[in-house]
Amino acid sequence: MLELSGLEVRYGTVPAVRGLDLSVGRGEIVGLIGPNGAGKSTTLHAIMGAVRPSAGDIRLSGSSIRGRPPEQVVRAGIALVPEGRRIFSELTVEENLRLGLSGRRSKVGAAEAVERVCELFPVVRESRRRQAGLLSGGQQQQLAIGRALVAEPDVLLLDEPSLGLAPTVVNAVFEALEAIRTRGVTILLVEQRAQRTVAVADRTYVISNGELRMTLGPEDAGDTSRMVEAYFGGS
Amino acid sequence: MTEDVQVFVDAIALGSIYALMAVGIGLVFGVLRLVNFAYGQLIMAGAYALALTNDQPVLLSIALCFGVVLALSLAMEFAAFRPLRRASPTTMLVATFAISYLLQNIALVRFGAIGKIVVVIPKLSEPVTIGGVHIRWITIVTILVAIAVFAALTLLLTRTTIGLQMRAASIDSQTARLLGVRANAVITTAVLISGVIAAIVAVILPMAVPERLLVSPDYALRETIIVLVGVVVGGIDRLLTATLGGFTMGLAVGLLSGFLPSTGTWPFTSSVYLDGAVFMLVIIVLLLRPEGLFVRGRRAAVERV
Repeated sequence: MLELSGLEVRYGTVPAVRGLDLSVGRGEIVGLIGPNGAGKSTTLHAIMGAVRPSAGDIRLSGSSIRGRPPEQVVRAGIALVPEGRRIFSELTVEENLRLGLSGRRSKVGAAEAVERVCELFPVVRESRRRQAGLLSGGQQQQLAIGRALVAEPDVLLLDEPSLGLAPTVVNAVFEALEAIRTRGVTILLVEQRAQRTVAVADRTYVISNGELRMTLGPEDAGDTSRMVEAYFGGS
Repeated sequence: MTEDVQVFVDAIALGSIYALMAVGIGLVFGVLRLVNFAYGQLIMAGAYALALTNDQPVLLSIALCFGVVLALSLAMEFAAFRPLRRASPTTMLVATFAISYLLQNIALVRFGAIGKIVVVIPKLSEPVTIGGVHIRWITIVTILVAIAVFAALTLLLTRTTIGLQMRAASIDSQTARLLGVRANAVITTAVLISGVIAAIVAVILPMAVPERLLVSPDYALRETIIVLVGVVVGGIDRLLTATLGGFTMGLAVGLLSGFLPSTGTWPFTSSVYLDGAVFMLVIIVLLLRPEGLFVRGRRAAVERV
């Protein structure tokens, strides 16, 4: 579905991602974890076309999307839930959702897409006319995910969706990911919560210093020593 | 008393014109973070279009004015703003200075330094007497046109998809693009609306402000500078505060020129010290409220400008 091969991104002369190979199959949840500054967000931004890779390729369903601007990447079928949610807090919940519709490939079915998001996150329906900035952190996260979903993407990228949320809300977010997957959306999840991510994902890539360190499966979720090794490097 | 009312109404009309210009500048600043110093030259080009077609039917003349201003707006967007999309705000500002002087000098070479009379609708310059107060028709028309433009713009921004996208882009353009908002479409729309407003000002200004009856290469330059100051004083970050800033400057200029003593010999004529008085007020406001006169709470406007 989504394939990165030999992806390199530099900020000036500083390499942020070095030769990353990664693949996400249709209907999979794939995790991407690693310490701060490992290049996780940069990888997502490169996929979205917000930063330009210096080498490598990004392919969606076999065709390269490298170098396309974000508005075209969205229309190709990839949506991003950005780090920190990036909700338009002065606009209403409904207006935020309508902005998400900008990325749809077809205008047909927009109302149904909004309806499905409201089923998934009832709070979005209940607070449609409220200013988005007045929602709680968890509600804003649901809105941010809903805003990406109304574009009906094939692949959903999430950048640390659990950041700054209370533990019960974090549970709700991870449960929502399963529900989204059952709707046929492929997920690439960047997270700091390594254990939760490894448990929910079909496969989790660990990166550090912009390089792939190892790949973990759900069975590794309880294996603390492997997790520690993944983060701090072992022999 | 009646004279005071006249001065006040004229000042509101001047404030309306400056508010229109402030909206035109603020719209483009919102989506591009670009302060368009060349905005006055759009108005100048429109006024030349009117002056050169004085002998034509008035509707044709006005249509030509709109055509010239919109074409020039698009030319600025495609030839200057778009290639500089990723440039720093300073670079873009300097580029608009260059455009401004380029256009002024093209006008100078083509039409000369001596002003040309702009005749649009002479009837509008006649006064109407309401309760002993003489008000020119154009004053009333100016205020009504400004209200109509603001109402239309409010509808566009709040009720249409492109309006919503423009608001989103001016709050956080990167996130808007990540959601699929087409940056170029939004920017081109803002540039075009800004151009329509410049054309409206080009039609109104020669009739409403007696000193602007003649169009010369530096036409509307003084207004642009005062409006830019007004936009910053009001708060450039938001369209509403920028507009109120422009309106306030027009109102202040109008009231000061009406009420400051204008008789007597130099330096006691308001035309000599009017700008000095206006900018002294500006300095006082910026000292007291550097974040913008109409900005609620301390926003980041200061850093951005």
